[in-house]
Amino acid sequence: MGTMVVTTEKVKELQKVLNAQLLAIGVSLAILIDEAGNVIVAAGNENGVDTTSLAALAAANFGATAQIAKLLGEEDFSILYHKGKRDNIHFTKIGMDFILVTIFTDEIPLGLVRLRVNQVAQELLNLLSEND
Amino acid sequence: MALIDLNKREIHCKIVYYGPGRCGKTTNLFYIYNAVSEKYRGKLLTIETRGERTLFFDLLPINLGKIHGLDIRIQLYTVPGQSHYRATRKLVLKGVDGIVFVADSLRKRREKNIESLIDLKNNLKEYGLKLEELPLVFQYNKRDLINANIPLLTIEELENDLNKDLKAPYFEAAALKGIGVFETLKEISKRTVKYVARKYIFNQAHKRAQGGVL
Repeated sequence: MGTMVVTTEKVKELQKVLNAQLLAIGVSLAILIDEAGNVIVAAGNENGVDTTSLAALAAANFGATAQIAKLLGEEDFSILYHKGKRDNIHFTKIGMDFILVTIFTDEIPLGLVRLRVNQVAQELLNLLSEND
Repeated sequence: MALIDLNKREIHCKIVYYGPGRCGKTTNLFYIYNAVSEKYRGKLLTIETRGERTLFFDLLPINLGKIHGLDIRIQLYTVPGQSHYRATRKLVLKGVDGIVFVADSLRKRREKNIESLIDLKNNLKEYGLKLEELPLVFQYNKRDLINANIPLLTIEELENDLNKDLKAPYFEAAALKGIGVFETLKEISKRTVKYVARKYIFNQAHKRAQGGVL
Protein backbone atom coordinates (compact mmCIF):
# COMPACT_ATOMS: atom_id res chain seq x y z
CA MET A 1 0.00 0.00 0.00
CA GLY A 2 1.87 3.06 -1.19
CA THR A 3 0.99 6.56 -2.13
CA MET A 4 -1.11 6.94 -5.23
CA VAL A 5 -0.38 9.92 -7.44
CA VAL A 6 -2.81 11.12 -10.09
CA THR A 7 -1.69 13.70 -12.60
CA THR A 8 -3.91 16.12 -14.52
CA GLU A 9 -3.39 14.04 -17.68
CA LYS A 10 -4.42 10.86 -15.86
CA VAL A 11 -7.55 12.52 -14.48
CA LYS A 12 -8.47 13.68 -17.98
CA GLU A 13 -7.94 10.23 -19.47
CA LEU A 14 -10.03 8.58 -16.75
CA GLN A 15 -12.76 11.17 -17.09
CA LYS A 16 -12.79 10.67 -20.84
CA VAL A 17 -13.45 6.96 -20.40
CA LEU A 18 -16.22 7.57 -17.82
CA ASN A 19 -17.81 10.20 -20.04
CA ALA A 20 -17.67 8.15 -23.22
CA GLN A 21 -18.89 4.88 -21.72
CA LEU A 22 -21.12 5.78 -18.80
CA LEU A 23 -22.34 9.36 -18.98
CA ALA A 24 -23.06 8.81 -22.65
CA ILE A 25 -25.76 6.24 -21.77
CA GLY A 26 -27.35 8.59 -19.24
CA VAL A 27 -25.59 7.68 -15.97
CA SER A 28 -25.86 10.73 -13.68
CA LEU A 29 -22.62 10.32 -11.77
CA ALA A 30 -19.65 7.96 -11.97
CA ILE A 31 -16.99 8.04 -9.25
CA LEU A 32 -13.79 6.08 -9.17
CA ILE A 33 -12.53 5.55 -5.62
CA ASP A 34 -9.82 3.54 -3.91
CA GLU A 35 -10.43 1.03 -1.15
CA ALA A 36 -9.25 3.51 1.49
CA GLY A 37 -12.21 5.70 0.55
CA ASN A 38 -10.45 8.42 -1.49
CA VAL A 39 -12.13 9.91 -4.56
CA ILE A 40 -9.74 9.52 -7.49
CA VAL A 41 -11.96 10.97 -10.17
CA ALA A 42 -15.62 11.87 -10.54
CA ALA A 43 -17.56 12.52 -13.73
CA GLY A 44 -21.10 13.78 -14.11
CA ASN A 45 -23.50 15.77 -12.00
CA GLU A 46 -22.17 16.10 -8.43
CA ASN A 47 -24.85 18.57 -7.39
CA GLY A 48 -25.97 17.87 -3.87
CA VAL A 49 -23.91 14.69 -3.54
CA ASP A 50 -21.30 14.65 -0.79
CA THR A 51 -18.73 12.60 -2.69
CA THR A 52 -16.27 12.44 0.25
CA SER A 53 -18.81 10.73 2.50
CA LEU A 54 -20.09 8.63 -0.39
CA ALA A 55 -16.58 7.35 -1.13
CA ALA A 56 -15.88 6.52 2.52
CA LEU A 57 -19.18 4.67 2.90
CA ALA A 58 -18.85 2.88 -0.44
CA ALA A 59 -15.38 1.60 0.48
CA ALA A 60 -16.63 0.50 3.89
CA ASN A 61 -19.72 -1.10 2.38
CA PHE A 62 -17.57 -3.04 -0.05
CA GLY A 63 -15.25 -4.16 2.73
CA ALA A 64 -18.16 -5.28 4.89
CA THR A 65 -19.80 -7.30 2.13
CA ALA A 66 -16.45 -8.87 1.28
CA GLN A 67 -16.43 -10.20 4.85
CA ILE A 68 -19.97 -11.55 4.35
CA ALA A 69 -18.73 -13.20 1.14
CA LYS A 70 -15.92 -14.87 3.07
CA LEU A 71 -18.42 -16.27 5.57
CA LEU A 72 -20.11 -17.95 2.60
CA GLY A 73 -16.82 -19.23 1.22
CA GLU A 74 -16.64 -16.64 -1.56
CA GLU A 75 -13.60 -14.43 -2.16
CA ASP A 76 -15.75 -11.29 -2.39
CA PHE A 77 -18.85 -9.98 -4.12
CA SER A 78 -17.48 -8.08 -7.08
CA ILE A 79 -20.74 -6.25 -7.79
CA LEU A 80 -23.15 -4.51 -5.42
CA TYR A 81 -26.39 -2.86 -6.41
CA HIS A 82 -28.84 -0.80 -4.34
CA LYS A 83 -32.19 0.23 -5.72
CA GLY A 84 -33.87 3.43 -4.62
CA LYS A 85 -37.17 5.07 -5.54
CA ARG A 86 -35.53 7.41 -8.01
CA ASP A 87 -31.79 6.82 -7.97
CA ASN A 88 -29.95 3.55 -8.09
CA ILE A 89 -26.35 2.88 -7.21
CA HIS A 90 -24.03 0.24 -8.58
CA PHE A 91 -20.59 -0.64 -7.23
CA THR A 92 -18.00 -2.67 -9.11
CA LYS A 93 -14.57 -3.72 -8.00
CA ILE A 94 -11.83 -2.60 -10.41
CA GLY A 95 -8.73 -4.72 -9.92
CA MET A 96 -7.59 -5.20 -6.34
CA ASP A 97 -7.65 -1.65 -5.03
CA PHE A 98 -10.36 0.35 -6.76
CA ILE A 99 -14.14 0.62 -6.88
CA LEU A 100 -16.28 2.22 -9.55
CA VAL A 101 -19.47 3.79 -8.18
CA THR A 102 -22.21 4.49 -10.70
CA ILE A 103 -25.41 6.42 -9.92
CA PHE A 104 -28.31 6.34 -12.37
CA THR A 105 -32.07 6.80 -12.51
CA ASP A 106 -34.73 4.22 -13.32
CA GLU A 107 -34.80 5.35 -16.91
CA ILE A 108 -31.47 3.65 -17.56
CA PRO A 109 -31.71 -0.15 -17.73
CA LEU A 110 -29.56 -1.90 -15.13
CA GLY A 111 -28.40 -4.41 -17.75
CA LEU A 112 -26.94 -1.65 -19.89
CA VAL A 113 -25.11 -0.13 -16.93
CA ARG A 114 -23.67 -3.51 -16.01
CA LEU A 115 -22.58 -4.17 -19.57
CA ARG A 116 -20.85 -0.81 -19.88
CA VAL A 117 -19.26 -1.07 -16.45
CA ASN A 118 -17.83 -4.46 -17.41
CA GLN A 119 -16.48 -3.05 -20.65
CA VAL A 120 -14.95 -0.07 -18.95
CA ALA A 121 -13.36 -1.97 -16.03
CA GLN A 122 -10.29 -3.22 -17.87
CA GLU A 123 -9.75 0.12 -19.57
CA LEU A 124 -9.77 1.92 -16.22
CA LEU A 125 -7.50 -0.66 -14.66
CA ASN A 126 -4.97 -0.27 -17.47
CA LEU A 127 -4.95 3.48 -17.00
CA LEU A 128 -4.63 3.19 -13.22
CA SER A 129 -1.78 0.71 -13.31
CA GLU A 130 0.28 2.58 -15.89
CA ASN A 131 3.37 4.25 -14.51
CA ASP A 132 3.64 7.97 -15.03
CA MET B 1 -3.19 4.71 0.87
CA ALA B 2 -2.56 8.41 0.62
CA LEU B 3 -3.63 10.10 -2.58
CA ILE B 4 -1.73 12.92 -4.22
CA ASP B 5 -3.99 14.61 -6.74
CA LEU B 6 -1.85 16.81 -8.95
CA ASN B 7 -4.89 17.87 -10.94
CA LYS B 8 -6.62 19.53 -7.97
CA ARG B 9 -3.26 20.04 -6.22
CA GLU B 10 -4.37 18.17 -3.11
CA ILE B 11 -2.85 15.61 -0.78
CA HIS B 12 -5.31 13.28 0.94
CA CYS B 13 -4.21 11.41 4.06
CA LYS B 14 -6.12 9.07 6.33
CA ILE B 15 -5.66 9.28 10.09
CA VAL B 16 -7.38 6.73 12.31
CA TYR B 17 -8.21 7.27 15.99
CA TYR B 18 -7.87 3.87 17.62
CA GLY B 19 -8.40 2.72 21.18
CA PRO B 20 -10.67 0.72 23.50
CA GLY B 21 -14.43 1.30 23.69
CA ARG B 22 -15.55 4.43 25.53
CA CYS B 23 -12.06 5.97 25.60
CA GLY B 24 -13.13 9.15 23.76
CA LYS B 25 -12.24 8.72 20.07
CA THR B 26 -15.55 10.08 18.81
CA THR B 27 -15.40 12.85 21.44
CA ASN B 28 -12.12 14.00 19.88
CA LEU B 29 -13.78 14.23 16.46
CA PHE B 30 -16.83 16.04 17.82
CA TYR B 31 -14.64 18.59 19.54
CA ILE B 32 -12.62 19.20 16.38
CA TYR B 33 -15.80 19.45 14.30
CA ASN B 34 -17.31 22.07 16.61
CA ALA B 35 -14.12 24.08 16.99
CA VAL B 36 -13.05 24.29 13.33
CA SER B 37 -14.74 26.82 11.07
CA GLU B 38 -16.90 25.46 8.28
CA LYS B 39 -14.43 26.63 5.68
CA TYR B 40 -11.88 24.11 6.90
CA ARG B 41 -14.04 21.10 7.54
CA GLY B 42 -16.41 18.82 5.70
CA LYS B 43 -19.45 16.99 7.02
CA LEU B 44 -19.12 14.81 10.08
CA LEU B 45 -20.34 11.36 9.22
CA THR B 46 -21.16 8.97 12.04
CA ILE B 47 -22.49 5.46 12.01
CA GLU B 48 -23.46 4.64 15.54
CA THR B 49 -25.75 2.36 17.51
CA ARG B 50 -28.65 3.70 19.53
CA GLY B 51 -26.47 3.72 22.59
CA GLU B 52 -24.26 6.29 20.86
CA ARG B 53 -21.46 3.83 20.41
CA THR B 54 -19.66 3.88 17.09
CA LEU B 55 -20.95 0.99 15.00
CA PHE B 56 -18.74 1.31 11.93
CA PHE B 57 -16.77 4.56 11.93
CA ASP B 58 -16.96 8.32 12.20
CA LEU B 59 -15.42 10.42 9.48
CA LEU B 60 -14.43 14.06 9.58
CA PRO B 61 -12.62 15.58 6.59
CA ILE B 62 -10.55 18.67 7.45
CA ASN B 63 -8.44 21.01 5.39
CA LEU B 64 -5.12 22.01 6.89
CA GLY B 65 -4.18 24.66 4.35
CA LYS B 66 -1.40 24.67 1.81
CA ILE B 67 2.10 23.26 1.88
CA HIS B 68 4.24 23.96 -1.21
CA GLY B 69 1.12 24.92 -3.14
CA LEU B 70 -0.65 21.65 -2.32
CA ASP B 71 -3.84 21.60 -0.25
CA ILE B 72 -3.55 19.19 2.66
CA ARG B 73 -6.80 17.32 3.19
CA ILE B 74 -6.98 14.96 6.10
CA GLN B 75 -9.68 12.44 6.74
CA LEU B 76 -10.08 11.63 10.42
CA TYR B 77 -11.65 8.24 11.11
CA THR B 78 -12.54 6.53 14.35
CA VAL B 79 -13.09 2.82 14.87
CA PRO B 80 -15.63 1.06 17.06
CA GLY B 81 -13.73 0.24 20.24
CA GLN B 82 -15.70 -2.71 21.61
CA SER B 83 -13.67 -5.86 21.19
CA HIS B 84 -16.28 -7.77 19.15
CA TYR B 85 -16.03 -5.26 16.28
CA ARG B 86 -12.58 -6.44 15.28
CA ALA B 87 -13.50 -7.09 11.63
CA THR B 88 -14.89 -3.58 11.31
CA ARG B 89 -11.78 -2.02 12.83
CA LYS B 90 -9.64 -3.85 10.35
CA LEU B 91 -11.71 -2.46 7.46
CA VAL B 92 -11.33 1.10 8.68
CA LEU B 93 -7.56 0.66 8.94
CA LYS B 94 -7.33 -0.05 5.22
CA GLY B 95 -5.04 2.53 3.64
CA VAL B 96 -4.21 4.23 6.96
CA ASP B 97 -1.42 6.83 6.91
CA GLY B 98 -1.31 7.84 10.58
CA ILE B 99 -2.66 6.63 13.92
CA VAL B 100 -3.74 8.30 17.15
CA PHE B 101 -4.03 5.77 19.95
CA VAL B 102 -6.46 7.14 22.51
CA ALA B 103 -5.91 5.41 25.85
CA ASP B 104 -8.36 5.53 28.73
CA SER B 105 -6.72 6.82 31.89
CA LEU B 106 -9.20 5.05 34.19
CA ARG B 107 -7.32 2.51 36.24
CA LYS B 108 -9.99 -0.14 35.68
CA ARG B 109 -9.51 0.19 31.90
CA ARG B 110 -5.83 -0.73 32.04
CA GLU B 111 -6.25 -4.17 30.47
CA LYS B 112 -8.56 -2.81 27.76
CA ASN B 113 -5.89 -0.32 26.65
CA ILE B 114 -3.29 -3.04 26.37
CA GLU B 115 -5.69 -5.38 24.56
CA SER B 116 -6.62 -2.67 22.08
CA LEU B 117 -2.99 -1.90 21.27
CA ILE B 118 -2.30 -5.60 20.61
CA ASP B 119 -5.42 -5.74 18.42
CA LEU B 120 -4.15 -2.71 16.47
CA LYS B 121 -0.78 -4.35 15.88
CA ASN B 122 -2.43 -7.57 14.72
CA ASN B 123 -4.81 -5.78 12.36
CA LEU B 124 -1.97 -3.78 10.82
CA LYS B 125 0.07 -6.94 10.40
CA GLU B 126 -2.67 -8.36 8.20
CA TYR B 127 -2.13 -5.41 5.83
CA GLY B 128 1.64 -5.91 5.97
CA LEU B 129 2.10 -2.79 8.12
CA LYS B 130 4.04 -2.31 11.33
CA LEU B 131 2.99 0.13 14.03
CA GLU B 132 6.65 1.02 14.59
CA GLU B 133 6.89 2.29 11.01
CA LEU B 134 3.69 4.36 10.90
CA PRO B 135 3.20 7.90 12.22
CA LEU B 136 1.78 7.40 15.72
CA VAL B 137 0.75 9.63 18.61
CA PHE B 138 -0.65 8.55 21.98
CA GLN B 139 -3.35 10.48 23.73
CA TYR B 140 -3.91 9.75 27.42
CA ASN B 141 -7.50 10.85 27.82
CA LYS B 142 -9.74 11.70 30.78
CA ARG B 143 -6.91 13.27 32.81
CA ASP B 144 -9.42 15.75 34.28
CA LEU B 145 -11.08 12.95 36.26
CA ILE B 146 -8.22 13.11 38.73
CA ASN B 147 -10.07 16.03 40.34
CA ALA B 148 -13.16 13.86 40.76
CA ASN B 149 -11.23 11.40 42.92
CA ILE B 150 -11.57 8.59 40.39
CA PRO B 151 -8.60 6.18 40.38
CA LEU B 152 -6.50 6.95 37.31
CA LEU B 153 -3.38 5.38 35.88
CA THR B 154 -0.33 7.60 36.18
CA ILE B 155 1.37 8.83 33.02
CA GLU B 156 4.37 6.64 33.91
CA GLU B 157 2.12 3.58 34.11
CA LEU B 158 0.46 4.38 30.77
CA GLU B 159 3.83 5.00 29.14
CA ASN B 160 5.18 1.78 30.54
CA ASP B 161 2.12 -0.26 29.48
CA LEU B 162 1.78 1.10 25.95
CA ASN B 163 4.64 3.24 24.77
CA LYS B 164 7.74 1.65 26.29
CA ASP B 165 9.10 0.31 23.03
CA LEU B 166 7.30 2.56 20.55
CA LYS B 167 8.49 5.81 22.14
CA ALA B 168 5.91 7.84 20.25
CA PRO B 169 4.97 11.33 21.42
CA TYR B 170 2.09 11.49 23.88
CA PHE B 171 -0.40 14.11 25.02
CA GLU B 172 -2.45 14.33 28.16
CA ALA B 173 -6.04 15.16 27.32
CA ALA B 174 -9.57 15.76 28.50
CA ALA B 175 -11.29 15.44 25.12
CA LEU B 176 -14.72 16.44 26.42
CA LYS B 177 -13.29 19.83 27.37
CA GLY B 178 -11.00 20.00 24.38
CA ILE B 179 -7.83 19.83 26.40
CA GLY B 180 -5.06 18.19 24.37
CA VAL B 181 -7.30 17.55 21.35
CA PHE B 182 -5.68 20.01 18.97
CA GLU B 183 -2.18 19.30 20.29
CA THR B 184 -2.73 15.64 19.36
CA LEU B 185 -4.19 16.51 15.96
CA LYS B 186 -1.39 18.92 15.13
CA GLU B 187 1.34 16.43 15.97
CA ILE B 188 -0.20 13.47 14.10
CA SER B 189 -0.98 15.65 11.05
CA LYS B 190 2.58 16.94 10.92
CA ARG B 191 4.01 13.46 11.18
CA THR B 192 1.57 11.97 8.67
CA VAL B 193 2.10 14.62 6.00
CA LYS B 194 5.87 14.29 6.40
CA TYR B 195 5.59 10.48 6.13
CA VAL B 196 3.41 10.64 3.01
CA ALA B 197 5.65 13.24 1.35
CA ARG B 198 8.78 11.25 2.14
CA LYS B 199 7.24 8.06 0.77
CA TYR B 200 6.21 9.88 -2.40
CA ILE B 201 9.67 11.37 -2.95
CA PHE B 202 11.27 8.00 -2.28
CA ASN B 203 8.96 6.31 -4.81
CA GLN B 204 9.73 8.91 -7.44
CA ALA B 205 13.48 8.49 -6.88
CA HIS B 206 13.07 4.72 -6.96
CA LYS B 207 11.15 4.86 -10.24
CA ARG B 208 13.78 7.10 -11.78
CA ALA B 209 16.53 4.77 -10.63
CA GLN B 210 14.68 1.80 -12.13
CA GLY B 211 14.21 3.70 -15.38
CA GLY B 212 17.95 4.31 -15.47
CA VAL B 213 18.75 0.64 -15.17
CA LEU B 214 16.28 -0.38 -17.85
